[in-house]
Amino acid sequence: MAIYNKEIETAERHELEAIQSLALVRMVRKVYENVPLYKKKFDEVGVKPSDIKSVKDLHKLPFTYKSDFQENYPYGLFAEPLSNVVRIHATSGTTGRQTVVGYTKDDMEIWSECVARALTAAGGTKEDVIHISYGYGLFTGGLGAHAGAEKIGATVVPVSTGNTDRQIRLFQDFGSTILCCTPSYALYLGDAVQSKGIKKEDLKLKAGIFGAEPWTEKMRAEIEKRLGLKAYDIYGLSEIMGPGVSFDCECRCGLHVNEDHFIPEIIDPDTGEVLPYGEYGELVFTCISKQALPLVRYRTKDIACLNIEKCECGRTLVRMSKPKGRVDDMMIIRGVNVFPSQIEAVLLTFEDLAPHYLILLDRVNNLDTIEIQVEMSENLFHDEVRQLEALVKEIKRRIESAVGISAKITLVNPNTIPRSEGKAKRVIDNRKFD
Amino acid sequence: MIIKQLSVFVENKPGRLAEITRIIADAGCSLEALSIADTDNFGILRLIVDDYEKAYSALKANNVVASVKDVVSVKVPDVPGGFAGMLTTLSDNGVDVSYTYAFISKSGNDAQVVIRVADNNKTISILTEAGYKL
Repeated sequence: MAIYNKEIETAERHELEAIQSLALVRMVRKVYENVPLYKKKFDEVGVKPSDIKSVKDLHKLPFTYKSDFQENYPYGLFAEPLSNVVRIHATSGTTGRQTVVGYTKDDMEIWSECVARALTAAGGTKEDVIHISYGYGLFTGGLGAHAGAEKIGATVVPVSTGNTDRQIRLFQDFGSTILCCTPSYALYLGDAVQSKGIKKEDLKLKAGIFGAEPWTEKMRAEIEKRLGLKAYDIYGLSEIMGPGVSFDCECRCGLHVNEDHFIPEIIDPDTGEVLPYGEYGELVFTCISKQALPLVRYRTKDIACLNIEKCECGRTLVRMSKPKGRVDDMMIIRGVNVFPSQIEAVLLTFEDLAPHYLILLDRVNNLDTIEIQVEMSENLFHDEVRQLEALVKEIKRRIESAVGISAKITLVNPNTIPRSEGKAKRVIDNRKFD
Repeated sequence: MIIKQLSVFVENKPGRLAEITRIIADAGCSLEALSIADTDNFGILRLIVDDYEKAYSALKANNVVASVKDVVSVKVPDVPGGFAGMLTTLSDNGVDVSYTYAFISKSGNDAQVVIRVADNNKTISILTEAGYKL
């Protein structure tokens, strides 16, 4: 499969590090001189730009947090005058203010190239009809994918979100070959295609690039099955740039980070210590090439690990795992890191189990205890104790196999676990940490 | 004969059993026989009621998980050895009993025994042949 920028994407590690070091040194001086917040942060930890001579000094630099955006709303973190900023994007801002990001003309070029790399890795060329169903607007998804698709010279169809019937009609009429949207929407489109009686073989879709939300291998298999295309992951966040920070190659065994632009690190979320390759921790990025909003060690709150091994595809760009969860979601039970999503994945393997569960954590005799409440339903109910016990035992066994800890499984009456419109509260932690 | 038994999931919480029997009573149903199997985690209440459809709807409407099962009901002489004799007949014929419970019927000198088996019809023929009244 083709590689958009062979020189960079297959560069030797030492070449990449040299590029990074040069850019980092330049960037550090720029932010110190142009962004008051960074001058303050650097001074607080006693670091001067001249102390940073290469990427090996990265760990000396202070972190940047989401709250820094909120406290410096809207343009306080920009390192360029507004007249040089040609684009503004913002996140949806579910809690409080929107996070505002800006791009210079050169930044937009960087963005296009990063997404172009992703599209090329998925087999995209100028011969493709790229159907973009990400939202166009302040959200970085639509316009980000668009820029990359235009860059590779493809035929871009800027459909944006909504009107599922029309989306499918356009698949057929316009002959879309590559689909860009969220994985949930892809599943939804797949369902709609099926219910209209359209055979996936009659569509010209060959690949899909899905991101903007976490998705599992199981979802990938579902999407591929329903739409008859090969599904690729793409990762990004507006603060760093938007989609294209990292991307799947044909191996789909980790996302290649565009590390000539974004240096990734994995840190211990509690101590800030940088963790070695292969260990899971919080993903941190340093934007070394962007001009309008270069961020120093931005803490994403996503949990992932890095793999430095050269990939089968030929790329040497470091790979990050699919984000495993959020820092705030993670529970530590008897020293083991457990995510509610892991528990949910296990419960979903039981066909008749409702997707409502509650995790109760407590501490008894100085030992963490975990109880998982699961709702009983008529489909699950067996008249014989032996069978219900076997179900409880099997749930317990699969959980232990998946997360490594032994949990108490309690069957409760249906409709007793609180439902919610938004993100459900799945964990009640009654442990008191002195 | 084959009768309908209501099996009810009982969450392991104080008052649940009282609540369930109250729901059935409020629906105007009368309990004829019952048995409860308990474990660490939950209980399964088995009931014979006069109107199982009414009871089942009332339970469902109250968020209680229940199911209806066909079980075998057989009359057993109300004398020492009556029950053991019937069970021996079953085991001699290779019939496994998953669970069983008995109740004294208002008429006659027999006890009514409910048994849960894998093959209801086969069990009925075995018992009929052995002279039991169903």
